Amino acid sequence: MEKNQNNILEEVTTSDYKYGFHTDIEMDLAAVGLSEDTVRFISAKKNEPEWMLEFRLQSYRHWLTLTEPTWAHIHHQAIKYQDIIYYAAPKRKKELTSLDEVDPELLETFKKLGISLDEQKKLSGVAVDAVIDSVSVKTTFTDTLSKYGVIFCSFSDAVQNHPDLVKQYMGSVVPSHDNFFAALNSAVFSDGSFCYIPKGVRCPVELSTYFRINAANTGQFERTLIIADEGAYVSYMEGCTAPMRDENQLHAAIVEIVAMKDAEVKYSTVQNWYPGNKKGEGGIYNFVTKRGICKGSHSKISWTQVETGSAITWKYPSVVLMGDNSIGEFYSVAVTNNFQQADTGSKMIHLGKNTKSTIISKGISAGQSNNSYRGLVKVIKRAENARNFSQCDSLLLGDKCGAHTFPYIKAENHTSIIEHEATTSKISDDQLFYCKQRGISSESAIGLIVNGYAKEVLMHLPMEFAVEAQKLLAISLEGSVG
Amino acid sequence: MLSIRNLKVSIKGKEILKGINLEVKAGEVHAIMGPNGTGKSTLAYVIAGREGYEVTEGEIIFKGRNILDLSPEERACEGLFLGFQYPVEIPGVSITNFLRTAINEQRKYKGLDPVPAVEFLAKMEEKKQLLELQEKLASRSVNEGFSGGEKKKNEIFQMAMLEPSLAILDETDSGLDIDALRIVATGVNKLRRPDNATIVITHYQRLLEYIIPDVVHVLFDGRIVKSGGKELALLLEEKGYEWIRSES
Amino acid sequence: MEASIVSTIYDLKEYLSGIFADKQLEITRNDTPFVAAKRAKAFEVFSRMGFPHAALEKWRGTDLSRALNHEYHALPEPPSPELDIDKIFKCDVPHFETLLVTQLNGWYADRKNLLHVYPNGMIIGSLAAAFGKYPELISAHYGKYADDNAEGLTALNTAMSQDGIFIYIPDNVTVEQNIQTVNITDFKQNLFLNTRTLVILGENSHLRLVQCDDSINHDVTFINSVTEVKIGRNSTLDHYKLQNKDDHTTLINSMYFQQDEGSTLSTNAISLNGGLIRNLSHVTMSGSHSSAEVYGLYLMDRYQHLDNQVFINHAAPDCESRELFKGVLDDHASGVFNGHIKVHRDAQRTNAFQTNKNILLSDKASIDTKPFLEIYADDVKCSHGATIGQLDAEALFYIRSRGISEANAKILLMYAFAADVINKISIPELRQRMDDMVKKRLRGELSQCEQCVLNCSSHEQSRVEFNIDLSKI
Repeated sequence: MEKNQNNILEEVTTSDYKYGFHTDIEMDLAAVGLSEDTVRFISAKKNEPEWMLEFRLQSYRHWLTLTEPTWAHIHHQAIKYQDIIYYAAPKRKKELTSLDEVDPELLETFKKLGISLDEQKKLSGVAVDAVIDSVSVKTTFTDTLSKYGVIFCSFSDAVQNHPDLVKQYMGSVVPSHDNFFAALNSAVFSDGSFCYIPKGVRCPVELSTYFRINAANTGQFERTLIIADEGAYVSYMEGCTAPMRDENQLHAAIVEIVAMKDAEVKYSTVQNWYPGNKKGEGGIYNFVTKRGICKGSHSKISWTQVETGSAITWKYPSVVLMGDNSIGEFYSVAVTNNFQQADTGSKMIHLGKNTKSTIISKGISAGQSNNSYRGLVKVIKRAENARNFSQCDSLLLGDKCGAHTFPYIKAENHTSIIEHEATTSKISDDQLFYCKQRGISSESAIGLIVNGYAKEVLMHLPMEFAVEAQKLLAISLEGSVG
Repeated sequence: MLSIRNLKVSIKGKEILKGINLEVKAGEVHAIMGPNGTGKSTLAYVIAGREGYEVTEGEIIFKGRNILDLSPEERACEGLFLGFQYPVEIPGVSITNFLRTAINEQRKYKGLDPVPAVEFLAKMEEKKQLLELQEKLASRSVNEGFSGGEKKKNEIFQMAMLEPSLAILDETDSGLDIDALRIVATGVNKLRRPDNATIVITHYQRLLEYIIPDVVHVLFDGRIVKSGGKELALLLEEKGYEWIRSES
Repeated sequence: MEASIVSTIYDLKEYLSGIFADKQLEITRNDTPFVAAKRAKAFEVFSRMGFPHAALEKWRGTDLSRALNHEYHALPEPPSPELDIDKIFKCDVPHFETLLVTQLNGWYADRKNLLHVYPNGMIIGSLAAAFGKYPELISAHYGKYADDNAEGLTALNTAMSQDGIFIYIPDNVTVEQNIQTVNITDFKQNLFLNTRTLVILGENSHLRLVQCDDSINHDVTFINSVTEVKIGRNSTLDHYKLQNKDDHTTLINSMYFQQDEGSTLSTNAISLNGGLIRNLSHVTMSGSHSSAEVYGLYLMDRYQHLDNQVFINHAAPDCESRELFKGVLDDHASGVFNGHIKVHRDAQRTNAFQTNKNILLSDKASIDTKPFLEIYADDVKCSHGATIGQLDAEALFYIRSRGISEANAKILLMYAFAADVINKISIPELRQRMDDMVKKRLRGELSQCEQCVLNCSSHEQSRVEFNIDLSKI
């Protein structure tokens, strides 16, 4: 006879995390805990110039004055900031010049993750910066890109080789005093990716950063800075995984994007940090500040995210629409299962005239998780003819999870038009029966319906990522169905 | 093919079907007629295995096997197809993806490998032509934003793709204009084979001008009160259901 | 009339605390031990929480600091038994048959007869008198629905309100007349007033209640009003809140509704004028198969501020709630809408819908809208929508092309926009009058009330007819 509906849901929503292995690599670690000395240690390790150390120290001192924000719809045990290792790097014997010199264990790690660091595999057409724990281990395609004048390197390299660009833009979108986690990151960030697309250049390949937390008891604090100069275009992808560990690990990143006149940046994320086990033990605390500024007129920044991992997600990719006629977009699928908690959404700040923004958010909650959309649409007085459309849908799988919507809409201009719609529903029995009558099992039917529900967002991902994201949705929810 | 014996069904304690007996052989087309609320759709849902119905007595033997203990998807894999009176919208799921999933799951049930993509697309094209469908079905989401007629044509298209042994078409003619009705009927006739059977559930005689039934049953108050040839449908049209009421 | 002076030279909270201590006897003179205990506890809560401030999530959009920065008098004396209320107030809505219940400066006005018991068992009168006369009803309902711990001002009200209106409808009573309560302030000095209403509907009872807020003079007034309503099994309440205060008034109006199984609530807040108004509609559906309709219309201009807070607490299964709030904001007016729907884990098969639509007419007007959904049950249908926009340019052009002036075309469209909410009023006379008032308000003719919220000098004779498609608005 019919399997009990809840059993099936349970079955399809409790599959295993397949990126949960860890690699034994020789590591270079900072002492546990955080102090000015830690900040100096990190800066010294990276051989940083004085101005960089000063930036870090100022951020650290400001961080000391702040307290953790409590407004998000999340609950967790207090994070013990003095129990975290703030710097962990795979030991380098010397400067790497070719792939052959990368630690074979590391290569094996990325192979397991399905990431090609091999420049021969140009078929994939993606340039990769791989960041393990705190340090960028390898950036591919650098030479090809440099022909176009595109700079794509680790943040550390950028500090050494392009200090003027870093000085000019670092902290210009997310100031170090922006919030608690941004201040922490600004003090202790270890590495990340840097990308500059010069005037009029359409970046010929997709750029990608792959983040991996490996070491135990460490936090990961990476920082990404993307600058698209006038008329430039780039599509940027970010992926992340971590080993399965019983303790919670902190990830507090910053991403800053600057789009000049007529420039376009498309930023895609597939976030699959370890979500913790079925009992809610372990998993990554993901507190991330992502913000872009459409500085010039007619510029465009588009965020697309598929969030399936992390025990806690606290993240609001935002766009400051400063240039007239600029466009901001946010497309998100957030899946929470077991005991995961996600409080995520977007902020669209309309400063310029004729600015447009779109927010499409699809939340899927299963197990005993809580999934919240939180967003802000703000139109200031001078932002004439600003337009926003927001659509936030929630899908509930099971009766022990929660789905919440917290939109904030502020309008100060009478020529603006803002529309917000939201719905909450479950997969209807009619839909399930219809699928089953065609011979489709409950498991497949749920997978099919969920993927259909998320399609509006998935279609904004680059092809390489869309396939991965679909599979990830399948793994996160469908279990047995491939 | 299908034999239903003394089937009694209740919903929340209220008896809807009060002892149905029905025998459908391979190659036959049966029509079940009757006024609203007499249990026609209930019968279709119970055969397909929808939850919420309590079978208190009787059995449904399909291809020699009592299917009452089978799940809806198992019945579908055994070759049972229900054309819904109100086809359900599944947003974001393309018809191609939907049908491919359905066909592959049915093949898996039979121990067959998944159908190759090229072969599958060719089959979709072939069936579209067979049914004279003009619509760009493939890329659209299942029933989403479809007109009433499009939904019903899509049901027939799915039937053509899934090639069931027994198709039950529940009020497939309701809400159709004359052209759509013709397409639906042509589809049913073209798909008719000696080794399959069809049950057409309808309120009006109109559809039976296009699909000629071998047997017509009249369902009234949870029982089949009259069975006969296609002329029974005409008689019903002429005399109305009041006639049955007075007869029974 | 004697009263204590409150000045913000000192901290207002501290000053009220002083009064609470000094005037204990005066404040508690009608209390039973039950009420006195509530008071003491509520005062502790207020001492802890203080006045609301912008850092609180539910108060982000409304800044009380200016309103609190006045010298106020508190604890006005009750009116004299010789007072003829008809002399200071008369409601003149044509054909509007009501049972009028008046309050002067927070006190039940008919001092000669504090509690009326009607033949059908209905009791209407002074809340303070009811404390001692109906201790069972008071201990079963008073302070049970208003949440002192969630709102500092509600706690202050529980601590300091001396009187208010008490309405009790027994089981199986259909009240044929509309009951209209009018809260008049007439003080000739700045007044900080805490006033309280308790409405108890038994089972299978039906009531239509119209609550009006009025001021007679134009001194600075801070009214902190709390209304508690219990709607018993299978009972219905049709409730209206009409607000037409002058620009010197701050009106904090907190309404707490508790619904039992199978009950029906319809509440409609129509705000036409007021310096600063904050309406809280807190609806708890604790019985299954109940339904709540919560509507609001606000037409604000000059420097007026309006804040509508709606919290629908779906605590039982198979309930339905609908919210519709519409507002037009002109000049420097600012608006806030905070609609929060919470569906508890066991509240399966909940339907909850929420809509907030706003029109901004000037580049100085602003709106802040937060349509929240918090959902813990899976078998639900919930939606919310919020829009901020202008009058539809195409519709405007269409009307003007028929020879109607731009100004009139705008009024037509605004009227049509507002009509959605007005049409929900089920008392025909009241609907007609609100319809008239909205039209006058939109034409700028209704700047403030002279006496009653419903007291408009002329009846709108020619109804504006529409034969255009306004469906887009």
